[in-house]
Formats: sequence, C-alpha cells, structure tokens
Amino acid sequence: MGKILMKGNEAIARAAMLGGLEAFFGYPITPQNEVPEYLSRYLLEEGKVFVQAESEVAAINMVYGAAAAGFRTMTSSSSPGIALKQEGITYLCGSELPCVISSVMRGGPGLGSIQPSQSDYNQATRGGGNGDYHVIVFGPETIQETIDILKEAFDIADYYRNPVMVLVDGLIGQMMESVDLTKPVKKRFLPEKDYAANGTKNHPGERHIINSLYLESNELEHHNLSLKKKYDLATANETRVELINMNDPDYVIVAFGTMARVCRSAIEKLAEKNIRVGMIRPISLWPFPSSVFETMDAPHLKGILCVEMNLGMMLTDVLVANNGRHSVGFFGRAGGVVPDPDEVVDAILHFNERVVK
Amino acid sequence: MCKPVNIRVAGFGGQGIMMFGQMLAYCATNDNMFSLWVPSYGPETRGGTANCSVIVSTKMINSPVFTNADVLVAFNQPSLEKFKEMIVPGGCILYNSSMIHDPILPEGVRGYGIPINDIALELGTIQVSNMTMLGAYLEFSELFSDATAEKVLEKYLGEKKAHLLGINKQAILRGREALRALKG
Repeated sequence: MGKILMKGNEAIARAAMLGGLEAFFGYPITPQNEVPEYLSRYLLEEGKVFVQAESEVAAINMVYGAAAAGFRTMTSSSSPGIALKQEGITYLCGSELPCVISSVMRGGPGLGSIQPSQSDYNQATRGGGNGDYHVIVFGPETIQETIDILKEAFDIADYYRNPVMVLVDGLIGQMMESVDLTKPVKKRFLPEKDYAANGTKNHPGERHIINSLYLESNELEHHNLSLKKKYDLATANETRVELINMNDPDYVIVAFGTMARVCRSAIEKLAEKNIRVGMIRPISLWPFPSSVFETMDAPHLKGILCVEMNLGMMLTDVLVANNGRHSVGFFGRAGGVVPDPDEVVDAILHFNERVVK
Repeated sequence: MCKPVNIRVAGFGGQGIMMFGQMLAYCATNDNMFSLWVPSYGPETRGGTANCSVIVSTKMINSPVFTNADVLVAFNQPSLEKFKEMIVPGGCILYNSSMIHDPILPEGVRGYGIPINDIALELGTIQVSNMTMLGAYLEFSELFSDATAEKVLEKYLGEKKAHLLGINKQAILRGREALRALKG
C-alpha cells in the first residue's frame, strides 16, 4: 500500500486499532481530541468498545477493569488529564495489568496552554503515582514512528503485564504527514491471559481476584522484587535509541520527539559550518538508553547538549548517564514554544554559555 | 527539487487557509513525495489570523517548524504584515490583490498579486477564492500537475460535496491563468 496523509492524533487511533485495541475509554482534552473522536466512529464500527467517560479518573479505572477482564485496552489524554490518571496508573502497575496510554503533551504546569510541549517528561518517566513502579515510555519523533510503536505497544504491554505509554507533543498530534500504516512490526509470543477475571457466578470462565493490596510486609516485598525483575528485563530488552552521525563528533545532542527532528536540521546546518555534531535520540524514555553514553567513542568531543521543549527534565537522565565524563549543556524552550533549528545551531555555537555541569 | 520547500499560508479564519495547505500536502503524498502540514491552532485562530505551514520534499523531512518561509501565501493585509519579513532571501509572496493594494514588500522578495476574491465572485462564489489561489501557486511552483490537483480535490470534497468539484476546478484553472499573465 502507498502512503497516505494522516493527522497525528488520527494516526494514533488507527494504529491502536491495528495493534488490536478492543476497548477505549477517554475524556476530551485538547490537543488530543481527534484520538477519541476517530475511535468513537471507527472502533464502534468494528463492534468494539468505546466509552466517553465522565472524567479522566473514571476512564483510567475503566481501563483497569477492561484490562483485568483480559481485553486490549487504552486511554488517551493530555498533560492535566494524564495528571488525573496517575492513581489509576500505579494501581495498574501494582496489579500487573497491561494497557496502552497515549499522552499528547501541552504546556504546563496547571492548565498551562494548548501548545506543544515536552514538559511531561518527568510525569511520564517518573510518574505521579505511589510506590515502586515504572511505566514503559516511548517518545517517537514522527507520525510514522508513532504508528509503528503503537502497533507494537499492546504486545509489549501484554508481555510485561504493565502499562505502556506513548508520549508525543501536541505538534505530532496536530500535524499531518504522509505515513504507511502497513509497515510490519515485531510480533511476540504471548501466553494466554490466565490471570483474567472473566468469570462470574452467571458467566462461564474462571474466577480470579486482581488487586494490588499486600498487607504482609514480606509478601509485598516479594511482590516488589518480582516487579523489579520485570523492570530489569524491560530495561535489558526494550531500551531503544537511534544514534545519528556519531562518527567522531565535536558535539553530541541528546533530544527526543519533535525536538530531535528540529535538531536533525540543526545538525545539517552545523555541518555546513564544518562542525560535526552527532545525536543520541532516545526512543524509549523509560528505560532510558544510559549505556550508549558509556560506550560512546568520541575522542574529540567538546560537550553534550541536551535539547528539550521544557526547562531541563531529560537533562537529569543525561547527567546520570554521562556520569561526569563530558561537559553537559542544556538548551530548552518552554510554554509551548517550538524552537527552530537556528536556535539549536546558536546553542551549539555558544556551548560554553549553555554548560550545566 | 533539491531541497524542501517551506510554504506559509495565512489569512482570516474562513478563507480556506487550512484547506489550501492540506491540498498541497495531499498533492505531495499523491505524487509519492514527503509532506508535512502544521496548523496554527492557538487562540489566535479565533477571530484573528489563521495560518498553517506546509513542507514539501523529495526526501525525509527533518524539522517540522521553520521561521523563514520560501513562499508566503497571504490572503489578507494583516497576514501579509505579520509574516512578510519572515521570508528567505530571494523568496516570494503570493497575495490576494482583491484585499491587499500596493503592498510594500521586503527588498529582494518578489510579489505576485492575484485578485482571487474577484475571480471567485465571477465564478459565482467567494468560497472558491482559496482554490483560485491554489491554481496560482501550482502555476508558480510547478510542483504538481493539474491531474494530481484534480484527483486530490475530488477525494477532498468527497461524495457529499461532489457537486462543487466543477467550480473548484474552474477556480484552479483561473488562478493558473492569472499567475501566468503576471509571469508574462
């Protein structure tokens, strides 16, 4: 099949359907409204479940219910809405329930703005729920990559029995780009969902109890350690990163999502000035691709510039991964401003003024 | 085409700005090129200027945003004033001369005024003024053929608006003619 022109949000919805989405629960918020709008029509046409919940909190708890019953389920929201879902997310992790969450970032804090931003990096990778848990987070840079990841996301969620979040900024949600929906993605062997609570007194099927409550300390610690094992496995197997132009660079940029695309243009412009700049582009934000910083072979490196559409969030991960080896600088715009490539060029040219550590 | 073309389209809400931009993006996709359409969906679209940007390229598009456009398509005076300085040296402005009279353009920037409102009204409705401008742009850029534009237009309008296909095609044709006359 040839390429078609698609809006990011609609592509998220279609890709989720291609990934096997069976039940969607959401609540409207800009700039992701086309996700539920699209699904309210096409998911229902396929005889699947679509519910516009009464709130974000209700939606994520419906996701919990559908996941507990063994269905491929998803919710979508934007920054303040994802904030409201945090309780549900930690319960999903605690109960080891798979689901997919699409988060289309806008400016914050609070209601912020409806313009694109990356200021929910910490919200996504650290989370606002309680307890020792992680959400597997991907930060694609194009609509195509968003589609490819979403098509695979339900498999990943089922494999680890854990929520998977696809984190994009509002620009990816709102823009249109030519995409190929038919690109094949990795398929995994997935066992039967023998945990599914799909039986009742009146409904055939096994009765199971799914919860996240362990009142005995030893039992809970055991549960925590088994979750940790799972997260270690995800760290080993799901870390994704693209290395660009990393052949003996003068500088290395670290950027994800839309910002990475802007930096690609900046790198081309800098090459015209004979400045060699490479890029580490994390695709998985949790697990963060720390190991590439250790193995990086860059004898003439003058510094690493972290570039984000916030005031320095991934920067923390970059500083930890860099572990003091190289000088690290930061450039970011906030509030919904998408910097253009010239601003990044300028930040590299004046790297010394950008140094954080 | 050796490098991506960055196009900015601006006007009042209701002038068909978004459709103009999307038509270009659809044409590019139809011709197996890369394209990217970014709307300005901020509060400024309510009552103020509406604008979108389109990038058309034969290779993968990197930055989805740009400051200086290769071409500005201005549908009204405020849009021209707002964006006319944000053009690359040697760039070009296509403007709606039914609403913009004797504009002062930056040095080194070529301007083509097309009376799209008048042409559209001659055809019967102001609503095809954006497709008149599209015709002018297609003639100017030589990016896409009439066959591509017509195929995309037919798909865009769909069955519901199929009865509007004829007048929109005419508008594209008249836009082309108007620009050809200016080019001389």
